[in-house]
Formats: sequence, C-alpha cells, structure tokens
Amino acid sequence: MAVASEPPAKRSKVEEGPANVILQFESETGDLTGPLLDVPDTVTPQQLEVLLNNLLQQGDPLPYAFFLQDHELAGELSTHLKKQQVSIEAALRVVYRPQALFRVRPVTRCTASMPGHAEAVLAVAFSPSGKQLASGSGDTSLRLWDLGTQTSEHTCQGHKNWVLAVSWSPDGCVVASADMDGVIWLWHSSDGSPIGCCKGHRKWVTSLAWEPAHAALPSRRFCSGSKDTTVRVWDAITRQCLFSMSSHTMAITCVAWGGEGLLYSSARDCSINVWDAQDGKLVRSLPGHGHWVNTLALSTEHALRSGAHDEHGLSLAEPDEAKRVAKERYAAASKGQPEKLVSGSDDNTLYMWQPSTSKKSLARMTGHMQLVNQVQFSPDGRWVASASFDKAIKLWNGADGSFVANFRGHVGAVYQVAWSSDSRLLVSGSKDSTLKVWDIKTRKLKLDLPGHADEIFAVDWSPDGSAVASGGKDKILKLWRH
Amino acid sequence: MPQGEHIELHRKRYGKRLDHDEKLRKKQARGVHKRSKHAQNVIGLKAKLYAKQRHAEKATLRKTLAVHEEKDSKHRAANGEQGTAVPAYLLEREQAARAKVLSNSIKQKRKEKAGKWEVPLPKVRPQAEDEVFRVMKSGKRQKNQWKRMVTKVTFVGNNFTRKPPKYERFIRPSGLRMNKAHVTHPELKCTFQLEIVGVKKNPNGQSYSSLGVITKGTIIEVNVSELGLVTPAGKVVWGKYAQVTNDPENDGCINAVLLV
Repeated sequence: MAVASEPPAKRSKVEEGPANVILQFESETGDLTGPLLDVPDTVTPQQLEVLLNNLLQQGDPLPYAFFLQDHELAGELSTHLKKQQVSIEAALRVVYRPQALFRVRPVTRCTASMPGHAEAVLAVAFSPSGKQLASGSGDTSLRLWDLGTQTSEHTCQGHKNWVLAVSWSPDGCVVASADMDGVIWLWHSSDGSPIGCCKGHRKWVTSLAWEPAHAALPSRRFCSGSKDTTVRVWDAITRQCLFSMSSHTMAITCVAWGGEGLLYSSARDCSINVWDAQDGKLVRSLPGHGHWVNTLALSTEHALRSGAHDEHGLSLAEPDEAKRVAKERYAAASKGQPEKLVSGSDDNTLYMWQPSTSKKSLARMTGHMQLVNQVQFSPDGRWVASASFDKAIKLWNGADGSFVANFRGHVGAVYQVAWSSDSRLLVSGSKDSTLKVWDIKTRKLKLDLPGHADEIFAVDWSPDGSAVASGGKDKILKLWRH
Repeated sequence: MPQGEHIELHRKRYGKRLDHDEKLRKKQARGVHKRSKHAQNVIGLKAKLYAKQRHAEKATLRKTLAVHEEKDSKHRAANGEQGTAVPAYLLEREQAARAKVLSNSIKQKRKEKAGKWEVPLPKVRPQAEDEVFRVMKSGKRQKNQWKRMVTKVTFVGNNFTRKPPKYERFIRPSGLRMNKAHVTHPELKCTFQLEIVGVKKNPNGQSYSSLGVITKGTIIEVNVSELGLVTPAGKVVWGKYAQVTNDPENDGCINAVLLV
C-alpha cells in the first residue's frame, strides 16, 4: 500500500531508463533453480531461455515458457512489469515450464472436401499414429480415408443404424464403431474388413474407450457406455462381454479408461463412477454435479490415446518394446502424479477430481452460462479447454482448475474442441458451421476456418499434428492443413 | 349472491324431467341456427359488439385446435426423427425445439445464377396513383389540393418524425403502419413473425418504395436474426428479403414468402 500512495511524479522518475531487476527461477513444482540473478529489465523470454538452459546445464537446450504470477511473459520484461503492475522491490519469482520440442503448424486452409457419406458425419477419429482417419456417419457406414490421396479408402458396411462412436485401438490395428442399435463392430484398420460384432447393449452406445497400450499390447479389451445404463467391457478377439457394470440409473454419456487400471464413467443420473478395470468392481463414486454429466477428460489422455507412437507417428513393431515406450510416454505425461479427471455437466460447471485417491473434488470450475458439451486436457496436461453451448470456450489451469481465459468468437453453440499435440493451439467446431483455431499463448483467435455448409458435429486434430478433420451435418468430411 | 342452488336441489329431490336430455340435445342443435339468425339480423352497435365477441370466440377455438394438432404432430415428429442423424451428445436433447429450428443447409441453399432473381409472384397488378393516394384538401378554404394520404399499408422506420404540416406532402396514417410480417419459409413450410427492416422494392415504382408502401408483390427486408441463420463464413445473417403475398390493406396483416 505504501507504494501505491506515493506521489506519481516520483514513481515515474524511478521507472525512467533501464533498470536492473532481481529474479529467481522456479520450476513448476516450486523448486528454486539457481541463485538470485540480477538482470536488466529489457530482458526477453529468449534471453531468459538461454540463461536457464545454462543454469540447468542440459545437453540440448529446451524451449521454455516463463510465468510471473501466472501471467506468461510475452515480450520484454519491463513492459510486462508495467502492464501487470508488478513491484520490482522484491525478487521476482519466474516460473518456467518446458514446452514441446516440436511445433505443430496451425491449420490454415481446407485441403480436401471429401464427399462420400450420404448422411451427417457424427464421429471423426484419427488413428494413434495420425496416419489414418475413420469417420462414422448417419448413413450407417464407417469410412476409412486415405490421407495421402485424400479420398475414401474403405467403406465398412455392417451397421444397421447411425454410427455414433468411433474409437481406435492404441496399437492402431483395430477400429471399433458403435451404433444406434447398441451393436459394436470391429474392423481391421489395414483393409477395412470386419472382424466381427459385439452384441449385448439394448440401446444405443454413446462412448467407447480402449485399454491403454502400456497396460496391454496388442490391445484386446475395450469398454462401452450405453443408453441402457450399463458399461460393458469386451474382449476384442473373442468378442465376448467380459463383465458389465450397472449401478448407474440413467444413460451413460462418456466412458474413459485411465492409465492406472481404473475405468471412469459419467451418466445422466448426475454421477461419475470409478471402476476397477480388472473385475469391474465399483471403486468409488464421485458426487457433486447437479445435472447430467456430459463429458470426461483425463490429464493423460493424449498419451493414452497415442500409445507408443511419438509425435511423428512412429512406433515400434515389437510389442514388448512398444509397451515399454508407451509406459515411458505415460510416465512422462503423468509426471509421476496420480491422473486427474475433469467432468463437464449440464449444470454449467466442471469439476476436477483425483479419482485414484479421493472422492472429494479438487476444484469446481464455474463460469459457463450454458451446458458444457466437451472437455479436453491439453497433451502436456497443463490446460483444460471446455466447449459450451454458450458459444464460448474457456481455458482453465490443468493443475488447480483456476480460470485462465475465455475464447469468444463463435456465433453458435460450440460442440467440440481438439488440441494440437504441442499444446500451443486449439481448434473448435461449432453449430455456426465454422472451425476456429485459437492460440494459447496470446489467448486470441488465430484463424477462422469457414467452409462447412452446416453444423459441425465432430472435430479431431491428428496426433502427429499434420491435419485437422471435421465433419458435420453437410455430409462432407473436410481436411484442414497448413 | 346466488340464492341457493335451487335447480340442483330440485333435481336432487325430484329428478329430471323425463324428456330432459332430449330437450337439451335439441336446444343445443338449434342453438347454432338461433345464433346465426341473431348475427344476421342484429344491427348497429350491438352488431359490432356481437361480431367482436364472436370473432374472439372463434380465435380461441382455432388456437385450441391448433394446440391439439401440434400435440398430435409431435408424436409424428418423434418417429420421423430417424431422417436426421445427430451425434450421441445431441440425442434426447432439444428435440422438441429442433422440429422448428431450420436446417442451415436448406436455409442457405443458393439458387443457380439464372434463377437468382426469380420471385414467387412474378406479375403484380399495377396500382394506379389515385388508388394509392387520396387527395387531401388543405388551406383555410380547403382549396389547396397538393396533399396526399397513402391508403395502403406502409412501413415507417422507427426514427421517423413527421414534417411540419406545411411541408408534409404525403401522410402515412399511423393506423396503416406495420412493422411485423408473417414470413413463410417456402421449403420448410414454417412461418415466423419477423420484424420488417425496410422496403426494398415496390414493383409499382421507385416513389412507392421510398415511401415504404407495401402492396402485394413488394419485396421487403426482414430481420431473421432470431432464426439463427449463419453464413458459410460463420457470420450471423440478420437481413433477408421476402415478397409480400397478400393485400395487406385488406387483411390487416402482412404475409410474405422468404426469398432463398
């Protein structure tokens, strides 16, 4: 308060000219790095990066982002201090966060409009390697697309009703698709031939999830959540239902298979249940939401999804070796901490949980004006993006659930969001028939991608970052690239 | 205060007349004829009042019928939902509303270049000037005849103020001003009450357009923002053209067809 009450004339005198500031580097976990440093206030993030890489004495210099009191340092330090009104009397604590070594280029144009489906495209999914693309549609078919020639490669016929969910096994060999009648079909991803179908659900299946690659490779088990209030775990080879879990009382909206041997399911009865993936026992139930729970997101979901594939989509043929790599990638994504779960609901809020340890929520994230339709953790687990019917996307801190930024610009409900694999960009698809690319660093709209003639139902960003696929009511699947 | 339910009491004690039901049926059956006769013969203020009361009755009757019809048609819509595929997260959501929300692709369907200027009513009856304008006499001895009163429905922007009477050549009576239109989407067969933004073109002449005269065949611009239309570029569409299909000055309302 003493600083604030000083006469302005004196303050401006002090701020004139170059000055030196004392700063202290701090890692994300709160460990101090190096001694107190006396640097000129004209220092830029690039210079700080060089300084920090020298201090840490790593072999290869890593890119870092620097944060002062949760605000990212974007330009010169002095301008940032002036803007945020930070006092330089005390030592500045500069938190550094390592960034992805690779960079995903923002998608800027539509490279292909691929017709083929005779009805609305309801689900789009890239394979874990990012080399293949599958889409499910209301015309009861699943299509596999060739990303090289950008044409339809295989049409998988078998379903009798709308294909609602599509999911790739983490090794990329099998695609599972579920339909409105509750039948799940499995397909070979190489030639689109059917493996067989799993019957058991009495009503439509809303969501599918495979067992992660670091737990089992080649992938064998997957689970499905259905409107008939059961979650079933299936064996993909025998196509038998191993066990079914039925303590929910209303439709299951989303299922997720965590990396710690747990299964998560959200339902319209306002509850989230955590199950043991081995035998299907209820581990705990997470109470909190006041209305339908629509979506779940895991902090490690990118690692779980991509399995043993690195950011270039390369993988090892040897299953044991690939399993070890997948385990390493999972450990790197979880950073040795228990995985977090974020759930979005019709009561306009999100909850953050640590389901392996506690049934108490870590944070309640409020701010949306209408229901939250989808939540996604960024691949590095630092951010959470939530898409809502109130036309906004909100960005939250992935560590503690605090609100970070609002992305406004859509004129219709936002249905889906997808992260680029370097966590620097976000793409959103909306009812207003546009895709928008958002920059996380500047927290602004980066690109507007019009082109669809109608609502966009499904968006996915390929794990290798090469393309974005989107499909919607206009029956056309579009590919967007740099 | 009612003096007791003596009729009910009597009925309770002695029962109904034996021919009660028959008499009641006949009375009801004759009632319509009796009413009709009354309506045809009544004159003067009573006729006006009676007509108004009858009109109101019929309006409520029609509304209840429409409500019942809509209730029935909803079931039909639920079965017909099979046609439009929706993703899992939209199932069982906003279904009742979706029946009326227009599909963007149909709404935005562009006509081919050749048919771009086709309108639903290609020919309109020309309106003579003396049909549209009535001469108003003015001046101390009512000998000036330069004032005109528009006898058709007009659209007047909401920031319009009348000129002083000395300079007001055209009077647009406030009773004939309208700012809403019932606009039908031709393909979806849905009608919406929309605000009029302006009169784009009256086929009878530029002077009518600038005066905002709305006759049959006039192209008006309507505010469609509540329909939630979006351009392919993701901007909200708020103005669209519609052509008037009725004679508003006879009907007291404007019916129009959206030009898509």
